[in-house]
Amino acid sequence: MNQRSRRIASAVLLPVISVVAGFVVAGLAVALSGADPLQSFYALFQGAFINPRAFPDTLVATTPYIFLGLGVALGFRAGLFNIGAEGQFYIGALFGVFIGYSLHGLPAVLHILLALLAGILGGFLWAAVPGILKARFGAHEVITTIMLNYVAFALVNFLINNGPMVDKTSSAPRTPYIDPAAQLPILVSGTRLHAGLILGLIAIPVVWFLLDRTTIGFRIRTVGFSATAARAAGISVAWTILATMGISGGLAGLAGADEVLGVSHYMPPSFSTGYGFDAIAVALLARSNPWAMLPAAFLFGALSSGSRFMQFQTQVSADVISVVEATVIMFIAAPVLFQWIFRLRRAPAPPVKLASEEGVL
Amino acid sequence: MNEATPLTLAALGGVISERSGVVNIALEGMMLMSAFTGYVVAFQTHNLWLGVLAGVLTGVVISALHAALSISLMVDQIVSGFVINILALGITGVFFKGFLQEASVAGPGVLPTWHIPLLSKIPVVGPILFIHQPITYAMLIAIVLVQFLLFRTIWGLRTRAVGEHPLAADTVGINVYLVRYVAVILSGGLAGLGGTYFSLQQIGQFLPNMTGGRGFIALAAMIFGKWKPLGAFYACLLFAGAEAFAGQIQIWGWHIPVVGWPIPFQFLGMLPYLLTIVVVAGAMGRAVAPAADGKPYRKA
Repeated sequence: MNQRSRRIASAVLLPVISVVAGFVVAGLAVALSGADPLQSFYALFQGAFINPRAFPDTLVATTPYIFLGLGVALGFRAGLFNIGAEGQFYIGALFGVFIGYSLHGLPAVLHILLALLAGILGGFLWAAVPGILKARFGAHEVITTIMLNYVAFALVNFLINNGPMVDKTSSAPRTPYIDPAAQLPILVSGTRLHAGLILGLIAIPVVWFLLDRTTIGFRIRTVGFSATAARAAGISVAWTILATMGISGGLAGLAGADEVLGVSHYMPPSFSTGYGFDAIAVALLARSNPWAMLPAAFLFGALSSGSRFMQFQTQVSADVISVVEATVIMFIAAPVLFQWIFRLRRAPAPPVKLASEEGVL
Repeated sequence: MNEATPLTLAALGGVISERSGVVNIALEGMMLMSAFTGYVVAFQTHNLWLGVLAGVLTGVVISALHAALSISLMVDQIVSGFVINILALGITGVFFKGFLQEASVAGPGVLPTWHIPLLSKIPVVGPILFIHQPITYAMLIAIVLVQFLLFRTIWGLRTRAVGEHPLAADTVGINVYLVRYVAVILSGGLAGLGGTYFSLQQIGQFLPNMTGGRGFIALAAMIFGKWKPLGAFYACLLFAGAEAFAGQIQIWGWHIPVVGWPIPFQFLGMLPYLLTIVVVAGAMGRAVAPAADGKPYRKA
């Protein structure tokens, strides 16, 4: 093989091998915990594709990963590690559900639009905080976004458990149901597949266009390449960081609002099951490429929806997905490992460059 | 002092690792894994000390993984740390559901409280410094030890040199990779010891995600303490104090003035996290990180 075809082979094979390795490691963990890995993974597969309504459910689970993955990837392109997608997702859902249940009598299109915009705004604001802290004070976003996750959980917990957003007619702690007009329409009757998937499919080219064809996208990529070079070229690094964090958070917030409007139609205190963290694996698996986000999100959608059935069927914890995830990231992020496996003269470019630029942590 | 124990141990780990130039956000995952293995071993052997030992060894093994990924395989140090954090969440989750959930009815108990003879009788100072459980004593010793090792020994000088200017250190014949491996592994041992605090000293049980982000708070304390062992300890006392204070307000049942509503407990729970954000933002301008912190070193 010549260098070029080897590089193409590695671009396709790298994610595939990573995922296979992920399953091997996860299988070992399952076996060590005393369960049968093959049986468990078969249940996972059943739960993702074979059972009645499994496939539409997988697509439903894919949708938030598309938005969240795009958001995290956008951060990566600017050299920012947004671990706060989970918190931004919560705040976006919170804003979305509030517009959803507090307004009545609006036309459906307008109501949905308002609620989704509210979700974007919520995520944007929540992510703008670490953006400002980084741009103004140099506070590393890894710590601030994680801390804001915990703050977001506590805030949501307060508002929905014993705060002003509790539905007093319900015995379980949750918000009121959203207005029927705010519900995203179901695409295939008899399933939970809702119009959010279409929004996700639209978001992919939009983010690609933003990154590859606009000035702000150029700035984001330049700052990610080298903040020093960007500064020398007259790009305001502070503004670019703030804008990137904001848009990244806006996408996460959109995912949250979309989930409320499309799936649950109300919001319980513990809303997400780690979507925001899985999204980091999605973004890395797609190597921050918007187009590759679709297969990556689909894979994690399948894992997430299949793992619920697996947990129910075999008593193996759905946490096993995190093991797959960690292994996948490890392989993707270790270019030297791949250089060695494929005998490339040059290692594939690392998917992210975070700590090396301004590694003040 | 009690709350500060795991924070300080993890922060000391952070100090050593970052002084050698390796960012360690995996402290959280290391603590969680160690809390888990420590508990399992103590449960199986009915020996708490073996549990502590297992926790420390777990920290060592996991940090060796972090070292291999970030030093030899050139994985971005933050990504590598992140990987370890999810791996820890996943593995502890799987095994917790696998066999601990049913088994955790009667735990192995918690480590005993030691009264140091005579010294604990000193008024005021005695109870503060000399009536503790073992891991807290270990933490106090570790502070002194790390301070001494880093600033008074050749090993410490080499470690700091590698963290400031690895190329220069390499030129004078210091093995950069070896120094970094040793630092990261020591850091894992300390974080591992800190992790066993949760399961074996505090409550005598393992709960999923019981470390609750304290590895990151420890990192913030390390920054606030300017990458110095004693400074990190004081910062940890501050964080632990905030946590204890939030708990006290709840016990006292303080109400918001004028309107008279009780302060929701969730807001009190936010306090340490908010404080961390403020500290990281505020300390950043003044604190100077080791110059080569976070930068992988590739030998020419």
